[in-house]
Amino acid sequence: MHILFVPEVTLAILAVACLMYGLFSKNNSFNKATNFATLSLLFVSLLIFFDFSTNFALFDSFFSNTQFTKFFKILTTLGAAISLIISKNYFIDSKINKFEIPTLLLFSTLGMLIMISSKNLMIMYLAIELQSLSLYVVASIKRNSIESAESGVKYFILGALSSGILLYGFSLVYGFTGHTSFEGIANSLVEIDNLPIGLIFGLVFVLVGLAFKVSAVPFHMWTPDVYEGAPTSITAFFAIVPKLAAIALIFRFCLEPFGKFYFEWTQVIFFLSIASMFLGAIAAIAQKNLKRLLAYSSIGHVGYVLIALVSASDQGLKSASIYMFIYLVMNIAVFSIILSLKKSDAYVEKISSLSGLSKSNPVISASLAIIMLSMAGIPPFIGFFGKLYVFIAAIESQLYILAVLGVLASVISAFYYLRIIKGMYFDEPDDNQTFEFTISSESKVILSILMLLITFFILYPSLLTDVVSSISL
Amino acid sequence: MPLLSLTIFLPLLGALVILLIKEDENSVNNIKKVALWTSIGVFLLSLLIWLQFDNNNGSYQFEEKFRWFNDFNFSYHIGIDGISLFMVILSTFLTPLCILASWESIKKRVKEYMIAFLFLETVMIGMFASVDILLFYIFFEAVLIPMYLIIGIWGGERRIYASFKFFLYTLLGSVLMLIAIVVIYRLTDSMSIETLQGNYFTKNIQIYLWLAFFASFAVKIPMWPFHTWLPDAHVEAPTAGSVILAGVLLKMGGYGFIRFSLGMLPEASYYFSPLIMTLSIVAVVYTSLVALAQTDIKKLIAYSSVAHMGLVTIGIFLVNSQGLEGAMIQMISHGVVSGALFLCVGVIYDRMHTRDINFYGGLVNRMPIYATVFMIFMLGSVGLPGTSGFIGEFLVIVGAFQYSSIVVIGAATGIVLSAVYMLYLYKRIIFGVMTNEKLTEILDLDNREKIILIPLAIAVIFIGIFPNIFIEPMRLPIESIISNYESANAK
Repeated sequence: MHILFVPEVTLAILAVACLMYGLFSKNNSFNKATNFATLSLLFVSLLIFFDFSTNFALFDSFFSNTQFTKFFKILTTLGAAISLIISKNYFIDSKINKFEIPTLLLFSTLGMLIMISSKNLMIMYLAIELQSLSLYVVASIKRNSIESAESGVKYFILGALSSGILLYGFSLVYGFTGHTSFEGIANSLVEIDNLPIGLIFGLVFVLVGLAFKVSAVPFHMWTPDVYEGAPTSITAFFAIVPKLAAIALIFRFCLEPFGKFYFEWTQVIFFLSIASMFLGAIAAIAQKNLKRLLAYSSIGHVGYVLIALVSASDQGLKSASIYMFIYLVMNIAVFSIILSLKKSDAYVEKISSLSGLSKSNPVISASLAIIMLSMAGIPPFIGFFGKLYVFIAAIESQLYILAVLGVLASVISAFYYLRIIKGMYFDEPDDNQTFEFTISSESKVILSILMLLITFFILYPSLLTDVVSSISL
Repeated sequence: MPLLSLTIFLPLLGALVILLIKEDENSVNNIKKVALWTSIGVFLLSLLIWLQFDNNNGSYQFEEKFRWFNDFNFSYHIGIDGISLFMVILSTFLTPLCILASWESIKKRVKEYMIAFLFLETVMIGMFASVDILLFYIFFEAVLIPMYLIIGIWGGERRIYASFKFFLYTLLGSVLMLIAIVVIYRLTDSMSIETLQGNYFTKNIQIYLWLAFFASFAVKIPMWPFHTWLPDAHVEAPTAGSVILAGVLLKMGGYGFIRFSLGMLPEASYYFSPLIMTLSIVAVVYTSLVALAQTDIKKLIAYSSVAHMGLVTIGIFLVNSQGLEGAMIQMISHGVVSGALFLCVGVIYDRMHTRDINFYGGLVNRMPIYATVFMIFMLGSVGLPGTSGFIGEFLVIVGAFQYSSIVVIGAATGIVLSAVYMLYLYKRIIFGVMTNEKLTEILDLDNREKIILIPLAIAVIFIGIFPNIFIEPMRLPIESIISNYESANAK
């Protein structure tokens, strides 16, 4: 009995059940479908948590579970569940309460779980497509809005392009090694000292394809547009969940089959990392839209995680896991605020419309300010520790240049995070419009827990680092 | 009893209490009172620490240590020695005065203001009391948050520009320190400032580490040419913000130089000391001349701060006992004097809402008490014998003779120039005939202002007459730094 496949099978069955329920129910079934999807995701994350048979491989090494995949799978399912909870009200409020959304998100999450566990180029590609296709649809779910449709099409075209590049890379890798499984590739490379040029091409193509998925510069172009155009609740999902899976995948792909040739791929990742950190920091300065700003901020964060990948060490793996957890926490918190904050009956999307928030909603603006400082990596908040761990990994592998560039980029990025605080605290409210903060009690609980975590993580950091300490590929 | 932790976190407790008070017209006074009494309590606690402090013990006292991270050797490790003792007392001494000084002048968002100030106090004390480097760094950077808000929310017209410049400039300096800290940890597996005092790194590495620390401390103290954030921040900050900025935050740089650059990287400090001397002499002479040309009183005092801090860096990198003790006394003295000068500016700014020197003149006719206390601080800043400023400047110059007479000439020029611009400022504001009609109704100090300024005036004279009380506790730690420096460079 291969128990390690149970969470994925369960999720597939539940996703189909959700679809069936939505199709055959007479009334608008969004509410119940969302609740069902949330519960399913929570249930699956429990299954993953209690799945003790880690370090297993299945189906001729198509699929494997390790501590690393377990950590990322739990984060993915929890992140998906929480992003559904915090965005439920937004869906209903902006009248896109279709049962297809939770269903598609379930399928997409299923794709991500398989992505994280895949040990074979074939299954890796299928999983990526499963999650992407579902996401193309939800990005354009607001059919009558031009922006949403545009963002969906843009995402689809660029995503399809990247899939094509990825597939071409796979074919080159297969052609030169004769294997599609990670182990097979690694074994066929044991005796080689220099990668053949065709295999380098294949490797670079695959990395380009994966860079699209994690939105690393220069393959980030879709991110700001999709973040801005998609409904905010979908943006929240985009910002939180697929990043986790893609980062886990890029780590596994680089470290497992090509672990021996890290010199080859670290050059690529090195560049992606620096470019992402700086472009994320500099481009965000000019943004006026909060969602675009968060898109660039997420590009910058990806740059920091890639520092951990370049270090190609155990510490790098741990640091990346910590960083992604912290990224998840901060992003859920910020989106749960954005998804509940209205000004004159419209959801706040412009940075300038935050002016004067601290007068009318002191608690919310203080929370947002803390999240922003945390994202900028200012101690004593949680974001600082993410950066600290990444820099520890970098210094351990003697990547001094990368570490120095990383901190310099973090200073630039501090500027735009501060600008949000400036808007809330320093600017006088420009008009008589009032803010309205409506939040469901579930999201309120989540937000409070996350705020406590962000603020008081410093008191007991071992809470997280102990969990991560046993992680290995 | 964990006396030191209590001192560090009592302000935070006060802030928590304030957080629970709902702000309205009736409760504003309660908020202010809670803040004031908390900070007074903290001051008393810090006096208790001073009372129990053992001058004959050169190492850290009141130590507390807990494991903090399970996977790394970082710990919550605090303690106090002779060098940090007076920095802590300076912080706790100035905070209640600042809160009192903001009593009337802060009218909006009193609650947030008091919380910011109490948080700032926690962070300042925590920074000076940290023995663990990572803890030090966390406090060092966390200072930016309350100060950014204080300048940005309650500041003057160009507050937004000033707050951003302050935050980003000092952040840029201090992030490099984070890299240096991680490198130190990787090389030694230790995070304790105490055990790292010595010469544990090869000269090559020391030079890189030194530059990283230099970037953060030179911006913080600030040294010429990294000082440009300071005039902006000072001018735009509310009075109390300027007081803390000049009184305590600038000292973080000097404190860091002594602890990290001298204590951990002696060879690099020797290697770079000509650079420091050059920059400091330029700072002393150049910024004094710049101060002379100012028309804004706060800006003038801000530039004088840069000049005085130049003397401090000269004293530190002389690395002899006179120089270091002089630098420490100069830091304490400057903390009191410049804080007091900013409070004096605040007094007339509250009345007239301008800081233009030409607006004033002949204030002695209407404000005799004000003129007297202002004179004490002015003379303290100039370094008249009998005031605190004299001790620091004198010791630094005595120490400088052992280093190079060029440094002496530079430092002495700066001291002469400081007398010029301060006396000239005093003449223009206080003396002369009152020509501006708006000034005819100006009132002298009220009781609250007297309560603020008189302790400071006493402190200035007390330090000037009994400097030994302050030098005695720091003698042993300074000696160990000097002997470590000399043995490292004797090769």
